[in-house]
Amino acid sequence: MKLFKWRNLEIERRDQAVTNLFTVLAPVIAIVLSFAVGAVIIALAGANPLVAYSYLAYGAFGTPRMLAETAVRTVPLLLAGLGLALAYRCGAISIGAEGQMVMGGIFAAVVGIYLNAPAWLLLPLTILAGFAGGALWGAIPGLLKAKLGVSEIINTIMLNYIAIYLMAYLLDIPMREPPGYFPQSAPLQVGARLPVILSGTRLHAGFLLALAMAGLVYLIMFRLPLGFRIRAVGFNPHAARYAGINVERNIILAMLLSGGLAGLAGVGEVAGVHYRLLAGFSSQYGFDAIAVALLGKLHPTGVILSAAFFGALRVGANMMQRSVQVPAAVVFVIQGLAVLFVLGNEFLRRHIVRLVLPARGAGQAAGTAKGVG
Amino acid sequence: MDWELLLSYSFLVGLLSATIRMAAPLLLAGLGGVFTARVGIVNIAMEGTMLVGAFTAFWGAHLTGNPLWGALFGIAGGVLIGLLLGFISVTVRANQVVGGTAINIFALGITSFLMNVVFGIGVRPSAVTSFRAVPIPYLEDIPLLGPMLFNHISLVYLSLLLVPVVWYVIYRTPIGLSMRAVGEHPRAADTLGVKVGKVRYAACLVAGAFGGLAGAFLSIGQLSVFMENITAGRGYIAVAAVTFGKWNPFGVLGSALLFGAAEGFQLRLQSAGVRIPYQFLLMLPYVLTMVALAGLVGRATPPAAMGKPYAKEGGR
Repeated sequence: MKLFKWRNLEIERRDQAVTNLFTVLAPVIAIVLSFAVGAVIIALAGANPLVAYSYLAYGAFGTPRMLAETAVRTVPLLLAGLGLALAYRCGAISIGAEGQMVMGGIFAAVVGIYLNAPAWLLLPLTILAGFAGGALWGAIPGLLKAKLGVSEIINTIMLNYIAIYLMAYLLDIPMREPPGYFPQSAPLQVGARLPVILSGTRLHAGFLLALAMAGLVYLIMFRLPLGFRIRAVGFNPHAARYAGINVERNIILAMLLSGGLAGLAGVGEVAGVHYRLLAGFSSQYGFDAIAVALLGKLHPTGVILSAAFFGALRVGANMMQRSVQVPAAVVFVIQGLAVLFVLGNEFLRRHIVRLVLPARGAGQAAGTAKGVG
Repeated sequence: MDWELLLSYSFLVGLLSATIRMAAPLLLAGLGGVFTARVGIVNIAMEGTMLVGAFTAFWGAHLTGNPLWGALFGIAGGVLIGLLLGFISVTVRANQVVGGTAINIFALGITSFLMNVVFGIGVRPSAVTSFRAVPIPYLEDIPLLGPMLFNHISLVYLSLLLVPVVWYVIYRTPIGLSMRAVGEHPRAADTLGVKVGKVRYAACLVAGAFGGLAGAFLSIGQLSVFMENITAGRGYIAVAAVTFGKWNPFGVLGSALLFGAAEGFQLRLQSAGVRIPYQFLLMLPYVLTMVALAGLVGRATPPAAMGKPYAKEGGR
């Protein structure tokens, strides 16, 4: 069926969506394309894109110290991205990682600052509290979706802002560090902090925690009945119910775990990087994590790669701005485009884009390229 | 707390006037959001639309020295984002929420980038000519009501006038009927000859125009500068206002006024030096929206086809 024709360009709908190497590599192609568009934008702004990108790469990977910094930024993106992947696999479209991260940070800070516990117990309790904070913030929209049928999309957005204002209040009055010049809490007790694992850098034990969680999420997702049920609900809730799966329970569970993982991202920042609760500590990681999960194709291995990619962009961008005066904001353009191109790939899976060249024979279409066009 | 201050005439006038001023951009964006919601599109991209509109409006006002041109630039910027949203949700039939989030990330990047390229990194651009208040003769002298309603910039009057207009379009015209049909039951609408894709595209463009103008309101209406991430989540509040207003223009007016009052009250209290946990006031719009959606205060049921891409029979 022809959909669109303009000069020599034709778009046709496929009978069946294709799956081939091209679709598997889609995220890589999307990243390459978004860098290409980014290069055009940088060039239009009057800088040399190759020089800019080489500083970007140098800033992210150039020295062991910079590499460690990239790893530090990867931690929250990975944890929150894993959580979102789990929720999306269950068909729950959560935008709530940012707020869940904030709640995780708040809970971890309260325990880490005020709880009087033996040293060996303090850190585990801080981590657990952070998980619980995020899980609570994830379970609320999960519960509302499962029990009342309310869309989780709006609710997760609302909960983001509720969490952010709750933190603003806590840092304004009850938890503000005396004498109170800055919106930040007192520092966490030493025993509640995630230890640095590479001396001379900021790389903390949260990195190992995040990798362990990636393994755990893989296990849950693909090796345990729980993950099978979650994916079944996401694939087709009606069929899942027919097969005897408790759809409501699994939605709530997936959202709860998803929130808990984002909560751990908050723990990493509060107990591993800042050692205190700090206004704006979540720094949009929770929103970027949506792109991370999608670019990682909702698979733990993919999420590790895309989280590292986004982390590298964040670190390298500063070096690029300092060295060649290309605004760091261009990495957000690249990130946004990468996701849009991944979505565009879905379009190519279902359509054929054809360049119909003037006929050499009897009006035959030449130069057909399936998928890529 | 200083109750005398809170009850004084000048405080009340200031509060009511600030309420309208804060509500107007939410109202504009919310009215745009009504169009997309009515045709069944989740418009998370409203945040990015407003951000781009705020930037292009500032740029336009900077280039021309005329805020009216700025507003037109703002609308144009918003329409471009609306076009992108339409392409993603109608042509590509991708997940609208993911697409909207990507648009928002992209919008944050491109506006900050262009800001730095046009005006220099770390340079605070000089203020541009912004909209000035246009007091309406005679009416502005009415006690309380005058300063509250009739001493604002033209965009405020426009946003209030657009409420009945949008209501009329949606509930009393054939176009509005087609829109609502597309949002409730696209297949039935298609059967009756309504071009589902075209209607959805049109709604995205209109929402883009409204959102762009709302962004212009922020940069060259309330202020006369553009700052990185100037919207700071107002696009999301607008989405909340649409939901809390039950996808009805007058409902959106009500929720925009309520949300604007929360913000205005907080601003007045802070400038009066009253120290209260104002964060809970700012939290109110979000809590109320959740409560309304959960059906605890009047049931709110979104258009049935919300968020679902539509493909003709046989398409995938």
